[in-house]
Amino acid sequence: MSAEAIRLAVGRPARRLFVHQLRTEQLVFWRSREAAFFIFIFPLLLFVLLGSVYDGKFQHVPVRWAVLAGLVGYGCANTSFAGLAIQLVLRRESGVLKRLRSTPLPSATYIVALLVSTLLVFGLQALALFLLGRVLYGTPFPSDIGSLVATLLIGSAAFAALGTATAMAIRSAEGSSAAVNFVLLPMAFLSGGFGPTTGYPAVLRAIGDVLPLTYFVKLVNAVYLHGHGFWTQPEALLVLAGWGVAGLVLAVRNFEWEPRER
Amino acid sequence: MHAIEVSGLRKAYGNLEAVRGVDFTIEEGEVFGLLGPNGAGKTTTVEILEGYRRRDAGEVRVLGHDPDDPGPDFRERIGVVLQSSELWPNLTVRETHAIFAGYYHAPRDVDEVITLVGLEEKTGARVKSLSGGQKRRLDLGIALVGDPDLVFLDEPTTGFDPAARRAAWEMIRSLRSLGKTVLLTTHYLDEAEQLSDRVAVMREGLIVRVGTPADLTTTDLQTEIRYRRNGEDVLLRTNEPTRVLAELTSAAVARGEELEGLQVRRPSLEDVYLALTADEAEVES
Repeated sequence: MSAEAIRLAVGRPARRLFVHQLRTEQLVFWRSREAAFFIFIFPLLLFVLLGSVYDGKFQHVPVRWAVLAGLVGYGCANTSFAGLAIQLVLRRESGVLKRLRSTPLPSATYIVALLVSTLLVFGLQALALFLLGRVLYGTPFPSDIGSLVATLLIGSAAFAALGTATAMAIRSAEGSSAAVNFVLLPMAFLSGGFGPTTGYPAVLRAIGDVLPLTYFVKLVNAVYLHGHGFWTQPEALLVLAGWGVAGLVLAVRNFEWEPRER
Repeated sequence: MHAIEVSGLRKAYGNLEAVRGVDFTIEEGEVFGLLGPNGAGKTTTVEILEGYRRRDAGEVRVLGHDPDDPGPDFRERIGVVLQSSELWPNLTVRETHAIFAGYYHAPRDVDEVITLVGLEEKTGARVKSLSGGQKRRLDLGIALVGDPDLVFLDEPTTGFDPAARRAAWEMIRSLRSLGKTVLLTTHYLDEAEQLSDRVAVMREGLIVRVGTPADLTTTDLQTEIRYRRNGEDVLLRTNEPTRVLAELTSAAVARGEELEGLQVRRPSLEDVYLALTADEAEVES
């Protein structure tokens, strides 16, 4: 190593460690077939299935556009909320989090790398959804990319906070996946993640009205179906932010590095 | 300089006083064995030194750092083998070592460490395919890859077969020859006796004895002499085995008798340990 290279390596340890950990997280994620399938592939499969059964119009646009928007919402919750929660529980209970604490890797660098890695997976998934929609069902690409990216970032942040809080509420690795999906799947159904809820009974829609995913899907609908800027939906932004902040407070207060069992 | 200095260390969990005033020092380059039954406070003590737990009272210096508020290079200089950790099951042995190497400024060569811990045949194998003993060697490898000055080994050979244990002992001896300081906690007394320069025996949150294994076995318990006479087992305990044995044998020779089943047994570290950690009632009886 040249003197210059040494100076750079030592001068920017934080960035070097972040990049190293981000690569580690990506390697760990894609190497696990269960994670890659249930988190990345499953929403794509659901989109192909649901897109083939829905037909007609929703809010004056083809309903398949809305199905795509809903699946982007489900994908976000599936990756940033459920996937993150399950992975965090597994790593805490297996002792990886505890082991990493004794290395020079700062805790904050670890958390940020894990969140960015999760976001990267979801970003690729959203891209794959739009490409699939275009090829299979002729859905358009979003007209306002900037607004869509901002929407996805806001949603991911809120769901990641909720996912971390949920992980800290789960005591054991066994059954963590069942527990998380017990929350995720009904939420996705009630919030329009599996297609528009206009035909649902009023009771179910009333339950859906308090869930964060409902507001995230509304936001994606506004941006993707109607080309509105994300800032035109203050109600949805406010509810999402509320859930996100509540999740963040719980996540920070209850965060545990060591196994709960044993 | 001392690698580790501990004085008046205390730690309670609620009403349970896990560590009740512990003092010891470990010199640089020393292999120090911490022994004691479950619940004696060993793991709490070690986890305070590693920086996992905050102490309630006392002074602690580890490589000159206070582990409750360590400087930036503290974690560069320690290596930790926890009682059990699962790591990432789908990554290979080499990938796992390389990831840990990436956390340190000046890591050792990854392949060299893999060879040192005897996993060179498993370099490309997934972690989930390793046996229990191989996983422990991986734990040791990732603790050494950062080239630490001080290594914490918590029960490093639990679940090993005898051959794997001998191999692990060789590795730990090689750490000493590299000049590393090692704090070893173990249940196995033969392990502590074989590897440690000094041992400390903990019981109910206190250190009840510190010394070299030889010191502990010569000063604490008396030598046992056993033989059979008229079909009865006889057991003598003495601090002067040479004199007692000479008297016994010369008397027997004078009578023209053979001392049946004659045995002279120096107490092992295990005997000392059992005496030190036995319940008070048992000791008195």
